[in-house]
Amino acid sequence: MTTGASSGEPLVVLAGVNKHFGDLHVLKDVDLTIHRGEVVVILGPSGSGKSTLCRAINRLEPIDSGTITLDGEPLPEEGKALARLRSDVGMVFQAFNLFAHKTVLHNVTLGPVKVRGMDKAAAEKRGRELLDRVGIGEQADKMPAQLSGGQQQRVAIARALAMDPKVILFDEPTSALDPEMINEVLEVMTQLAKDGMTMVVVTHEMGFARRAANRVVFMDHGKIVEEADPETFFTAPRSDRGKDFLSKILSH
Amino acid sequence: MGALLDNLALLRDGFLTTLRLTLISAALALVLGTLLGACRVSPVPTLRGIGTAYVELVRNTPLTLVFFFFVFVAPQVDLKLPFEVSAVVALSLYTAAFVCEAVRSGVNSVGVGQAEAARAIGLTFMQTMSQVVLPQALRTVVPPLINIFIALTKNTSVGVGFFVTELMAVGIRLTNRFPADILTVLTGIAVCYLAITIPAGVLAGRLERKVAFAR
Repeated sequence: MTTGASSGEPLVVLAGVNKHFGDLHVLKDVDLTIHRGEVVVILGPSGSGKSTLCRAINRLEPIDSGTITLDGEPLPEEGKALARLRSDVGMVFQAFNLFAHKTVLHNVTLGPVKVRGMDKAAAEKRGRELLDRVGIGEQADKMPAQLSGGQQQRVAIARALAMDPKVILFDEPTSALDPEMINEVLEVMTQLAKDGMTMVVVTHEMGFARRAANRVVFMDHGKIVEEADPETFFTAPRSDRGKDFLSKILSH
Repeated sequence: MGALLDNLALLRDGFLTTLRLTLISAALALVLGTLLGACRVSPVPTLRGIGTAYVELVRNTPLTLVFFFFVFVAPQVDLKLPFEVSAVVALSLYTAAFVCEAVRSGVNSVGVGQAEAARAIGLTFMQTMSQVVLPQALRTVVPPLINIFIALTKNTSVGVGFFVTELMAVGIRLTNRFPADILTVLTGIAVCYLAITIPAGVLAGRLERKVAFAR
């Protein structure tokens, strides 16, 4: 068990990344390096560009300028090369996005079978192991709609893990959940972090950020305002906007 | 009744021709229309352009004109097809435009998150469509598709003006020969069309229930 060392080699490197939505400049010259085994939590007020940044890493949002490299390889524009690269980047969405017409197990095995060409039986065996690991092994043969939000999100995590990704992106994974279901998802994520998975997490869960992050990245108005280890950021933020943000969320 | 009963063989041939035109054209239109529908939602602008141009051109042209093109114009550029084949080509190309639009609206009914999740695990565009989007689109596509195929069944009657001996042609031949029995003959022809379209509707209902699932 390693608590991700930020001394690992660079895995995801963003350099001079810019992105506009029409007139809105959502990412402004963003530079960010994520090292292997590192857990980076991206914080910031809504509209700060943190979700866009997260989605840019596997090119669900194309960027206007700058470069993003994954494991030394620049993100391809479109087509098969991009699909191959995406298969190494797990993604967990706010709205879960489980495949509604497939069982829980088949949600987890679709990628390994279709993308990795894995044998179906082997994929199902592995799928059941992963579902056990996130604590929902007994739900394997149900349809997603029969599960609670927390259970669905854990399936989504298992689906990402099934691809043996180099890094997993979490785009506000608990924001659509009822309060009593948030912890079951955060526990799975904390365990993943302890196991050494490289993670980029956009979240409003400050407890998770404190507990599991190696580094906190604070964004505002499309810019990275501050980067620090969580203890430093939460106790002594350097930027005024960081202080302001923390005072708003930690006061209650 | 005699007009019909004495000419059952002719009626049967007409019915089978109509059925053949319908089934072959429906199958071809389904394949072509689905491909065009995929073009219209693809990330490649050229493909989207091709899909849109096809739909706008073909959907807005009268079917009779499409028939004219393949029966009278195509032979001038040395594309000589048997009349029934021309009819199948015209009907398939025409119907594909409508299938394309049904498929496109079905694809749009599937939440964008489904395609994003599929792309995020590394599925290619074609895999995303075939594994995730189209199976879910099917649910909303079945009812409009069956309307399109019922329209196709009736559209085969345009073949009457282009030397295809389908049901309508048989009907016209019989009413010319037995003017007194015109009502009987035309009713008989209508029943033959119903014999195709009503089972199609029933099949659609079953199919709709089969592809339904909770979201």
